[in-house]
Amino acid sequence: MNPRKIVVVGAGHAGGTFVALLRREGYDGQIALVGAEEHAPYHRPPLSKSFGTSGTGRDEKVKWIYDPGYYQSQGIELHLRESVTAIDRDRRHVVLTGGGVLDYDLLVLATGAEPRRLNLPGEGLDGIHTLRDLADAERLEEAILSGAPLAIVGGGYIGLEVAAAARAQGVDVTVIEREDRLLARVASPALSGLLSEHHRASGTRILTGAQTVGYVCDSGRVGGVRLADDTVVPCGTVLVGAGAVPRQALAEQAGLECGNGITVDARCRTNDKSILAIGDVTNRPVDGLEIMDGRMRVESIPSAVDQARHAVDLILGRPAQDHEVPWFWSDQFDLKIKIAGIVHGDYETVQRGDPAGGGFALYHLRDGRLVAAETVNAPKDFMASKRMLSSRCPVEAAALRDPATDLKVLIAA
Amino acid sequence: MPTITYVLPDGTEQQMDVPCGQSVMDGSVRNNLPGIVAECGGSCSCATCHVFLEHAPEGAFDDAMTEETDLVEFLDDAAPNSRLSCQLIVSEACEGARVRVSTSNG
Repeated sequence: MNPRKIVVVGAGHAGGTFVALLRREGYDGQIALVGAEEHAPYHRPPLSKSFGTSGTGRDEKVKWIYDPGYYQSQGIELHLRESVTAIDRDRRHVVLTGGGVLDYDLLVLATGAEPRRLNLPGEGLDGIHTLRDLADAERLEEAILSGAPLAIVGGGYIGLEVAAAARAQGVDVTVIEREDRLLARVASPALSGLLSEHHRASGTRILTGAQTVGYVCDSGRVGGVRLADDTVVPCGTVLVGAGAVPRQALAEQAGLECGNGITVDARCRTNDKSILAIGDVTNRPVDGLEIMDGRMRVESIPSAVDQARHAVDLILGRPAQDHEVPWFWSDQFDLKIKIAGIVHGDYETVQRGDPAGGGFALYHLRDGRLVAAETVNAPKDFMASKRMLSSRCPVEAAALRDPATDLKVLIAA
Repeated sequence: MPTITYVLPDGTEQQMDVPCGQSVMDGSVRNNLPGIVAECGGSCSCATCHVFLEHAPEGAFDDAMTEETDLVEFLDDAAPNSRLSCQLIVSEACEGARVRVSTSNG
């Protein structure tokens, strides 16, 4: 692989990290980065975690991944406010919304994911939000600071982070979750339970087993969320946080292999040797994952950075490195939640620490090894569990359960 | 603007003028220096911005909080002068500070 023209579609964390790393590692060919937003790549995680607490100017609020002037200084062409409408795999070029064409030797798709739409009656009403990008966050912040009661459809991480941040502003919050517990798809029942208690204690109403069927209009805008039992949750603002779907239409139209995400191998290759894909849009192999044929979409910054690194190594003809252990973080109230590994399948849970005070960790074990660990205000446990996952070392439940056991000894085992 | 010296994983040195109020991590990441990854963007979560504080003028940086020392303790190459560079906030007192970037930030 010796491409002289590389085009990257998508200027999120994956795309931004990839182009910078590629240049830094010595690639001297052409690089073009195409992004639909008006902004150079920025950190998205802060968008759901606080409202009304930082400066009012956009530059104070936005955390750039690299200074916006950085790209030009590195000879990286930025095509902002542009989308790619088609990939011509035979001619090896992409077509931009403005009609322009960019030729490539190598194309990298980093188109990300977007909020899942539920297609419910009334979804287009004013006051109903989703949250993915900076423009979404600015609109949502304005709505939250207006003080109107907030209903959050979906008890996932985005919804819970916004719930915590909105409660901090004194807003009345109701979380509406279809499943019988919060974070049903991504967290253990134990963590779900503990976080529910925290949110309830902060004054958030949590409705589980509650199916949203539509929205009620009041004076031309949203006035409530209608549930399957025909009750209405009154509100002035709605955030729909029902997960994300991969932006893969472009890849599908071009005939690339896709499932839930663009199918890639461990080195980010699609089924076209001139096209790689990285970030939230990819369906990637995950070491240690024992379901779904060992692959999934890992929606996280660390995964995007890991793939960017692997893509750069591939392009520069270097051997593949080990993959980073998947991990995730969420900040809610004064809780720093960090999860190492993918919580899945059957497992035995060992708790260390005390949820009532200080930090604690939930270690999930299967067949004498760690599957995943969920840690709350427990940085040592987080670091230790990442090490256990990367080494795949045997872990004894009894030793782990004993508070006298030094985590460092367990890692060394 | 204080000048901070970064000793990079390949042994070369880079001097960067870092605005007061930004972190030593910002000064590296925003200029795309190698070695500091900073996946979490500077929230003392990921421990991928590990540096060794080789020289710091008196009073240049605050001592590490427990969260930082807990993270650092589990890094392979932790040393007494280990710091997470996202927690090293630059002020005028930092002129001439020197950090060596860990080779194992991932």
